[in-house]
Amino acid sequence: MKKIIAAAVVAAASFGLVTAASAGTLDNVKAKGQVVCGANPGTAGFGVPDQKGNWTGLDVDYCRAIAAAIFNDPTKVKFVPLSSKDRFTALASGEVDVLIRNSTWTMSRETTLGVIWAGVNFFDGQGFMVNKKLNVKSAKELAGATICVQQGTTTELNLADFFRSNKMEYKVVTLGTSEEALKAFDTGRCDAYTTDRSGLAADRLSMSKPDDNVILPEIISKEPLGPLVRQGDDQWLNLVKWVHFALLTAEEDGITSKNVDEKLKSDDPEIKRVLGTEGKFGESLGLSNAWVVQIIKGVGNYEEIFERNVGPNTPIQLARASNALWSKGGLQYAPPIR
Amino acid sequence: MSVVNGGRPSEAKVVFYNDPRIRSLFFQLVLLALIVALFWFAYDNTVANLKKRNIAQGFGFWNVEAGFDISQTLISYSAASSYGRAFWVGLLNTLLVSGVSIVLATILGVVIGILRLSKNWLIAKLATVYVEIFRNVPLLLILYFWYRGVLGLLPEPKNSIIFPGHILLNTRGLLTPRPVLGDDFIYPFVAFVVMVLIAIGLSVRAKRVQESTGVRPKTGWLSFGLIVLVPSVIFILIGAPLSFDIPVQGRFNASGGMSLAPEFVSMVIGLTTYTAAFIAENVRAGILAISKGQTEAAQSLGLSHAQSIRLVIMPQALRVIVPLLNSEYLSLTKNSSLGVSIGYPDLVSVFTGTVLNQTGQAVEMVSVTMLVYLTLSLLTSGFMNWFNRRVALVER
Repeated sequence: MKKIIAAAVVAAASFGLVTAASAGTLDNVKAKGQVVCGANPGTAGFGVPDQKGNWTGLDVDYCRAIAAAIFNDPTKVKFVPLSSKDRFTALASGEVDVLIRNSTWTMSRETTLGVIWAGVNFFDGQGFMVNKKLNVKSAKELAGATICVQQGTTTELNLADFFRSNKMEYKVVTLGTSEEALKAFDTGRCDAYTTDRSGLAADRLSMSKPDDNVILPEIISKEPLGPLVRQGDDQWLNLVKWVHFALLTAEEDGITSKNVDEKLKSDDPEIKRVLGTEGKFGESLGLSNAWVVQIIKGVGNYEEIFERNVGPNTPIQLARASNALWSKGGLQYAPPIR
Repeated sequence: MSVVNGGRPSEAKVVFYNDPRIRSLFFQLVLLALIVALFWFAYDNTVANLKKRNIAQGFGFWNVEAGFDISQTLISYSAASSYGRAFWVGLLNTLLVSGVSIVLATILGVVIGILRLSKNWLIAKLATVYVEIFRNVPLLLILYFWYRGVLGLLPEPKNSIIFPGHILLNTRGLLTPRPVLGDDFIYPFVAFVVMVLIAIGLSVRAKRVQESTGVRPKTGWLSFGLIVLVPSVIFILIGAPLSFDIPVQGRFNASGGMSLAPEFVSMVIGLTTYTAAFIAENVRAGILAISKGQTEAAQSLGLSHAQSIRLVIMPQALRVIVPLLNSEYLSLTKNSSLGVSIGYPDLVSVFTGTVLNQTGQAVEMVSVTMLVYLTLSLLTSGFMNWFNRRVALVER
């Protein structure tokens, strides 16, 4: 009996400890010695482990950039592959420090899931892929089609909206993961496959015959994808947000992984502020003042990350389009570092 | 020492806190209070932490528009329906796939279980191979096998396999004409019900005659004629009020008619083949539990092999088999939650999958789903216990 009571008391006490333990995420990350990132289990160009188990992709490089800013070492990261369905729960429960996994920023997610977006690292939109044999030229011709979709995404909702607003009938086949949905489309279970257009470009390559399939021109939704964190830790939110802005600012100022050492000698006041030779911007984030230098040496600026993972010279072949800097007609814009 | 109560020594007076009964009651109450406090604390802690993290709580989402579509719906449902409606759609899909699979798995399992004990070497070995294969491969692989490996190989809609009677088979499933009942269809239907009732009456009467005279009057052909011929004649006389909606090939797939989706078929075949292997073993165990003397006694009475199994062995074996079947049925129902991996919209896929993700309320979704499976399991157990009491031999 005494043992049972003791066990109950210990259990109750441990619940109490769980309640109390909520130090800042940055302190926790520093104590752990690594950033734990929620990652995409496999979307080429955004987050996918290669045959040696090294993760590559645009989202993956964002995670490395955060590690570089904190530890001056882009390899101090741990990637936790998450399905669409599990990702927000994993972030909210503290399993990962930051979720960078082509997740769409929406109002309901930010007001009910306890999460907050730090920015948009890729402006995307939902599209459709069909087999060329069907000779479909527009998504408006898809009345009566069967469509494969991944579960737990905004995609599922946009799909229903698109067919509802165009007053067309369709049949949906909802599968647990994007691999399963793509596989079902590839084996002919569906006439069309839908996801974000960046995902379509990547997924097409992993099909048995990529050239037999074509991506339709319509973009049926706005999909601002970006890194997100838990609510209630403004220091950590600021850090993730400003790592994103630093990557954009570096591109704007022409600072690259190749010329960063040269730029350190620059007299330009803007570049001096960005690279931390003047001001204490890094310290105000809880980092070293050379934080941007560490990021750029680790992963390069936004342009380098984009070109390396999804740009025209990669198999994915995406143009900058909306993701060009604001000064070049795109939507990517960073507030000034000053 | 005074002697009272018929010579037994009176109980020594003890202080109440030394009374073992009061003591044990006290400690049990303390433990109970601690457990309640622990649960209350866990609940309160969850609520407080969810609130602190700005995560929505409660069941306010239940009547909110769902906004997504579901491939198989037994009740009317569209993207404009509520999350609550989606819950019922998912639950009914779970019940449908479990119910159909339980019936089929029981039939297949009993047959294979009996075949395993067959005296024919080849048949017995084939049944053994079946059991060993399906019992030792994970269910998920079996589902993938049927979904991708077998049904995935069907031709595209343009090259459908066409069966007589406008039945199409392709990667989208099996499409058949849908019967459209005319208003007058009620007459032959009523006739059918009445004839079935009359046939039951005849059989009851036949049993009574058998008990009093020992000879059972033949009713088979008469009942058959009543049930089949009478409604058919009425049906034809009033002008056959039945037409068919025939599937027509469209741009993507045939539309109209009825369709059986490959996801549902794969689930049923997968769950049936897998669970039947376990049921076969239960049946075999049940039969082997009956002493050989029973078979010999049955045979010495002149019963055929089939009769001795049906009338002597099975009624006794059921005592062993039914409780085991119960747990197979429970597993089958819970296993149906693997549906999401092959796109079957069961409760876990729709509710703990899509709805959870759209609302983000994991605690509520998972609690409700657990409660549903618990209820289903208790109902199944309750039914099987009732059934077991009914079939249990009354020992005289």
